[in-house]
Amino acid sequence: MKFTEEHEWLRVEGNEVVVGITAHAAEQLGDVVFVELPEPGTTVSKDEEIVVIESVKAASDILAPIDGEITAVNEMLADEPTKVNEDPEGDAWFFRMTVADASQMDEFMDEAAYKAFIA
Amino acid sequence: MSAQKLPLHALHEELGAKFMDFAGYDMPVQYALGVMGEHKHTRAYAGLFDVSHMGQVRLSGDSWEAVALAFETLVPQDVLALKDGRQRYGFFTNAQGGIEDDLMFARQGDDLLVVVNAACKAADIDRMKTLEPGVAVEVLDDRALLALQGPAAGAALAALDPTTDTSRFMDVIPVTIEGVSCWASRSGYTGEDGFEISIPLAQAETVARALLAIDTVEPIGLGARDSLRLEAGLCLYGSDIDATTTPAAANLMWAVQKARKPGGTRAAGYPGAALALAGTPHKRVGLRPQGRAPMRGGVDLYLSEEADTPIGQITSGTFGPTVEGPVAMGYVPVVQSHPGTVLYGDVRGRRLPVAVAETPFVPANFKR
Repeated sequence: MKFTEEHEWLRVEGNEVVVGITAHAAEQLGDVVFVELPEPGTTVSKDEEIVVIESVKAASDILAPIDGEITAVNEMLADEPTKVNEDPEGDAWFFRMTVADASQMDEFMDEAAYKAFIA
Repeated sequence: MSAQKLPLHALHEELGAKFMDFAGYDMPVQYALGVMGEHKHTRAYAGLFDVSHMGQVRLSGDSWEAVALAFETLVPQDVLALKDGRQRYGFFTNAQGGIEDDLMFARQGDDLLVVVNAACKAADIDRMKTLEPGVAVEVLDDRALLALQGPAAGAALAALDPTTDTSRFMDVIPVTIEGVSCWASRSGYTGEDGFEISIPLAQAETVARALLAIDTVEPIGLGARDSLRLEAGLCLYGSDIDATTTPAAANLMWAVQKARKPGGTRAAGYPGAALALAGTPHKRVGLRPQGRAPMRGGVDLYLSEEADTPIGQITSGTFGPTVEGPVAMGYVPVVQSHPGTVLYGDVRGRRLPVAVAETPFVPANFKR
């Protein structure tokens, strides 16, 4: 698993990556009440705002971690947004996307580096 | 300017609070249960809120009549008719009839006890000091204010002082907790039964710990206080009402008694009386977004998905944990203010349906 400074995790599966937010991020957001996901098939650029998470407190944006195309989104989150708090690094993945430029993956942190980053 | 700490700050830290700056105070926003859990706990049992940031002021004079009639020059409420040991909701108005702050006022013997919002405290005290020398204005900054709210609040306080059990909504009563003499009003800002307890600062921690030791009582932060008051349809000063909104526009005419309305025995006689109660083009309504997405303050409202010009705006909104859906309030044209009217809120560039709705969103649970 790789981690971004925006508190996303990325899991490489074949030619694609699965993206979600870290347990640390979910804890900081508080109770999630609404998740707005992009349409599959959308081409996105790194740092583009593509997911909105609303917690009881406020709305937050999730940025595209890399360039690519959204291939699938986790529809379950529309009905069960609280999954983001319950299982942020498992069942509550947000979207799956292609990797347009593999070199963009190099800058991300591994688990040890992320743990140090949030410490 | 750094935020001021509450007198019980160390206790909140010990209870695991996260803090945020609100009205210049470092306020506990949530504890271990989290906003959603705290909200649900308060609706099911009882929550303890530290609202010591609010201003407590005592007005006194030669007689009740002298104090009440002086205060009536600042507010459109019937103060004179208030019986000893009773409380009312009210607001200070300005020359344009707008609301300068909303407040609670209670009669204690011949004195008037006033509780005002933290952000407006300094201006409110200055305003009340214009009543000197006929009225003495004492700022009670040596007292904490704790709100105990929820269906189990009555039993919780009665366990510490059985004399509180017979009180009713809006009574103001003496309370003794662990030997500490306090006073309390049977009121709050959650739509639930409960008390707001005024405590000498030196003993505030003793009282707070005695209340928190009761099984049904959990500490509750500002986050849940906001979702609770929104579900109860209660205004947040600075968001839902302010110096530009009149009592009529804010749909708060229920808080203006007959004696102060046109034709009443003491009609007018407060700032902006000619404008405060007059009809306005827009009024405040409850709003229920039809989807799951919360619509927060600042969301513009349109008549249709295509309309170019907004006709109204949401002033506060969040997700209501008890309603299990988003709730909001805002201002719409009077012709669109009937419950059931569907409007469209612009959420991040998308027009989503929102229906005008009756408030409160959750039935009030007061002990009448």
